[in-house]
Amino acid sequence: MYPDNFRYTKEHEWVLADGDAGTIGITDHAQQELGDIVYVDLPKVGTRIEAGKSLGSVESVKAVSDIYAPVNGEITEINESLADAPEKLNTDPHGAAWLVKIRLSNPEEIQHLMSAADYLSYVGAEK
Amino acid sequence: MPAPPALRYTPLHSVHRSLGARMVDFGGWDMPVQYSGIIDEHKAVRNAVGMFDVSHMGEIEIRGREAAKLTDTVTTNAVHKLKLGQAHYSGLLYEHGGFVDDILVHKVTDDHYFLCVNASNQDKDFEHIVAQNHFDAIVENTGERYAQIAIQGPKARATLQKLTPVDLSGIQYYWFADGEVSGTPARIAHTGYTGEDGFEIYVPPADAERMWKLVMDAGAEFGIKPCGLGARNTLRLEAKMALYGHEIDASISPLEADLEWIVKLDKGEFVGRDALLKQKQNGLRRRLIGFEMRGRGIGRDGYEVFLNGAAAGWVTSGGPAPTLNKNIGLCYLPAQQSVPGTSIQIMIRNQPVDAVTVETPFYKRAK
Repeated sequence: MYPDNFRYTKEHEWVLADGDAGTIGITDHAQQELGDIVYVDLPKVGTRIEAGKSLGSVESVKAVSDIYAPVNGEITEINESLADAPEKLNTDPHGAAWLVKIRLSNPEEIQHLMSAADYLSYVGAEK
Repeated sequence: MPAPPALRYTPLHSVHRSLGARMVDFGGWDMPVQYSGIIDEHKAVRNAVGMFDVSHMGEIEIRGREAAKLTDTVTTNAVHKLKLGQAHYSGLLYEHGGFVDDILVHKVTDDHYFLCVNASNQDKDFEHIVAQNHFDAIVENTGERYAQIAIQGPKARATLQKLTPVDLSGIQYYWFADGEVSGTPARIAHTGYTGEDGFEIYVPPADAERMWKLVMDAGAEFGIKPCGLGARNTLRLEAKMALYGHEIDASISPLEADLEWIVKLDKGEFVGRDALLKQKQNGLRRRLIGFEMRGRGIGRDGYEVFLNGAAAGWVTSGGPAPTLNKNIGLCYLPAQQSVPGTSIQIMIRNQPVDAVTVETPFYKRAK
């Protein structure tokens, strides 16, 4: 369910890093909690993101939820396909429905995030 | 600090749990917000049939020789015009013209009126009515005596007809019949809060679970889905039906809420009439209007509305309309500008996003 090569946050984002190139998304648990996702608001390319600060939002039918930056960095690409098909976040949150690509300020930062096993027990305990 | 009061359960609570519903605190009740998903449930109601546990809704009954007089005194619609077996939507107002609640009034007999009221308002409504009872009438708070199940959608009638000898095609819209559903005494009302055809049945709480399962089985061939408060909200918004605490509350009058059709100023005295007459004479300051988003974003409840660069109103309800594939909402604007075709901006996370006021309802079913 939760890929071993991702790192996870308590706010239910994931990040996949290869050196200083990273991809950020929301977890399967997050999409389940949100329900039908109908809108995604993402920052522009070039925006600086700060760990723990909101970088955008995901909206379900009922509510708006912030997406928090797992690490510091700069946006290098956004997933344009989500504008017309936000519902992909409900079906493929760990794959095609990634949110943004970033350049990490400090690739070491991902070491502070949860492993897949830790995240799994975290969302298990949250229930 | 005292512990918060425990959440109240409807007689169908364990059914929702067993169906894996996501539950929320709704006005002190632990209620299902969704089962399979809000959009899926919404579409089931528009295209086939869905069922809702609305047992949290309150019931107040007014009986006695002057029951009609009391009911006419506390509500805005013309009670004396109701026929036996007929129901109507109405308002319960304060003297200053604001809403105590919005309700359904059913005429059971000449001396018995059955009111369906909002769950979180029922005690307040009851006290309000009792305080006006200078008549030969008895007011009872009878919410505990009824479970209520709403069966809504184009296949609602075919579903329910399997379970009752009452000829449902003989019950006109906003009429009701007292009969039986699978041997259980039931009040069967041709009413709803979805903008779709459908029925709301009032049954004894002890029979609620059996009724729920019977309706589920009866609707299986049409693909019936259990539906939660999430879909109930998107459905009623498309149909532009008011929700207490959003479009209406103690500070809003029915004239402002675009509900003049439930106000019968010529019927004689009723609580709030003088205030409404004054509002009519002086002109309304603000009025409810529908809008559609033009820019990217969803205007939601409580967001500010700007007109020509200045704050002018607020969104009362807003969100995606699953039937229409648009982002819609309702808002208050100064009465002068509260007409279809006005360009407005909704402040979404501190950014103005374009929207335009439109005619409502957003969705109207084909008859």
